[in-house]
Amino acid sequence: MMVPLRAVETPDIPDEPPMAGKGLELAFDGITKSFGDAAVLKGLDLTIPAGQFVAVVGRSGGGKTTLMRLIAGLDSPTTGAIRIAGTARRGLQPDVRLLFQDARLLPWQRVLSNVGIARGPGWKERARALLAEVGLADRAGDWPYVLSGGQKQRVALARALVTEPGILLLDEPFGALDALTRVDMHRLLTKVWRQHGFTAVLITHDVAEAVALADRVLVLREGRVAADIAIDIPRGTRAAGNPRLAELERRVLAAV
Amino acid sequence: MTAEATAAGPETGVLAIAAAGPRLPGAWRVDWRPVALGLALPLLAALVWEALVQAGFASGRLLPPPSRIAVTLWKLARSGELWPHVGATAARVGAGFALGGATGILSGVAASYFPIFRRLVDPTLQGLRAIPSLAWVPLFLLWLGIFETSKIALIAVGVFFPVYLGVMAAVLGVDRKMVEVGRIYRLSGLDLARRILLPAILPSLVVALRTGLGLGWMFVVAAEYMGASEGIGYLLVDGQQLGKPDQIIAAILVFALLGKAADAMIVRVAAPALRWQDAYQGGR
Repeated sequence: MMVPLRAVETPDIPDEPPMAGKGLELAFDGITKSFGDAAVLKGLDLTIPAGQFVAVVGRSGGGKTTLMRLIAGLDSPTTGAIRIAGTARRGLQPDVRLLFQDARLLPWQRVLSNVGIARGPGWKERARALLAEVGLADRAGDWPYVLSGGQKQRVALARALVTEPGILLLDEPFGALDALTRVDMHRLLTKVWRQHGFTAVLITHDVAEAVALADRVLVLREGRVAADIAIDIPRGTRAAGNPRLAELERRVLAAV
Repeated sequence: MTAEATAAGPETGVLAIAAAGPRLPGAWRVDWRPVALGLALPLLAALVWEALVQAGFASGRLLPPPSRIAVTLWKLARSGELWPHVGATAARVGAGFALGGATGILSGVAASYFPIFRRLVDPTLQGLRAIPSLAWVPLFLLWLGIFETSKIALIAVGVFFPVYLGVMAAVLGVDRKMVEVGRIYRLSGLDLARRILLPAILPSLVVALRTGLGLGWMFVVAAEYMGASEGIGYLLVDGQQLGKPDQIIAAILVFALLGKAADAMIVRVAAPALRWQDAYQGGR
C-alpha cells in the first residue's frame, strides 16, 4: 500500500483542550467479528476516553471499516461487547453519528433538509446554525448536485453534528478530496471537535493525516491492534519539519 | 470556497433547470426551429398528396387527401358526434390504467420488499407476461361479457406488466447507502418510505407509468375492435365496414392526440417532484 509521507500543515490551529462536553467514553470488550469463515476482527480490548480524538490506520482489509460499522451499530460483533459511557450497546445508536467517505446526501432534498434529516422540533434553526458553522449558510436552498465534493462533505458534517452526537465516526471522509480542500476540512474538523467536544474516531489510510489530527493513533493489522501511539505534541506545532512529528509518523508507518 | 463554487458551476446548473423546468416564468418561450424541422417531412408529404389529388392524378378514394380528413374531423367535432366516443375511450383507458397501474405498483413493491412473495409470485407473473395479451380477448369475452368489464380488464392487463416490472426493478435498485443514511438517522418506517424510498424510485416509476399508459392506449384499440358501440376504436371499425377511410384516419389522429396529451399530463404532474435530478439534458 502506498502511504504518502507528507506532513499535513495545520499551523493556525491553537492547541487548546476541547471544551468539556458531550463526548462519550467508548470501550471494546473482546470484540471479534467474522464473516463466514473469515475473521476480520480478532479480539479488540481498548478504551477511548470521552472527548478523545483517535485515528485508526491500517491497510485495506485490516478491519477498519468493519470496526466502524460495529461502533455505529450497523453490524453486530460476533463476540464481545461495545460499551458507550459504560453500558453495553446493541443496534443503532442515537448518540453515534457517522461521516462516510462519500457524503451520502439525499439528492432529492435541498441542503437544509439534508442537514435536518432527523427533523424534530426546531430542526430548521439548528440546521441553519450548523450550516453556518461549516461555512455554508448561503447554500441552504441549493440542491446537492450543484455542490463541490468538499462542500458536500461539509454539509454531511453539519448533518452529523446537528443532533449533538457523543461520538463521531469518520470513515475516510477526506479520501476523495483534493489536497487543498483536505487541509480546509482538517481545520474545520479540528474546530468543530473543539466546539462540540465529541469523541472522534477517524479512520484513514493517510498516516500524515492521522498524526496531524489525532490525540492517539491506533494501527489495526490483521484484525488486531498492532500499535497504540499517543501523539504527544501540541497541535499548533505539528508542522512539516517537526522532528518529533516525523518520528511519530515513522513509528506509525513501521507498525502498519 | 469560491474556487470550489466556481468549479461546481452552480449558476450554470440553475440556468439549466430554469430552461428545462416547466413552472418557471420565461420557460414558455419555445424554440420553434426544431419543431418546424420535425414537421417538415409530414407536411411536405401531405401537401404533395393534396396536390396530386386536386390535380386529378389520384382519386384519393382509399387514401383521402388531408383536406377531406380535416373536413371529416371537423364535421365529427362540430356535430358533437366525436365527443361521446372520446369520452368512452378515455374512460376505458382511465379505468384500465388506474386498475392495472395500482395493482402493478402494489405487486411490484410487494415483490421487491418481500423475497418470499417474489419467489412465489414472480415466476407465475413472468409466465403470464409471455402470453401475447391479445390472446386473452376470447377468454375475457367469455368470462366477463362483451361490455365494459372485459375491455377494462384487457387494458388493465396491458398496463400491469410494465408497471410491475418497472416498480420491482426500481425498488430493488434503491441505493443501499441511502437507506443506511435513513437508518443511522433513525427515520421511522413511514419516514423511510416517504423521504427515501419513494423519491428514490420516482424517476423509474414515472417511466413505468408512461410505458404502461402507452400500452393502455394500444389495448383500448383492441378492446374496442372486438366489439363496441362507442369509442374511437368503434369509429375505426365503422370506417372500415362502411368504407370511409377519411374517418379511419381521423380516428387515428384523435388517438395520437389523446395519447400524447395523457403522456404529457403524467410528465407535467411528476415534474416538480423530479427537479432534483442532475440529469443529462439531451444534448441541447
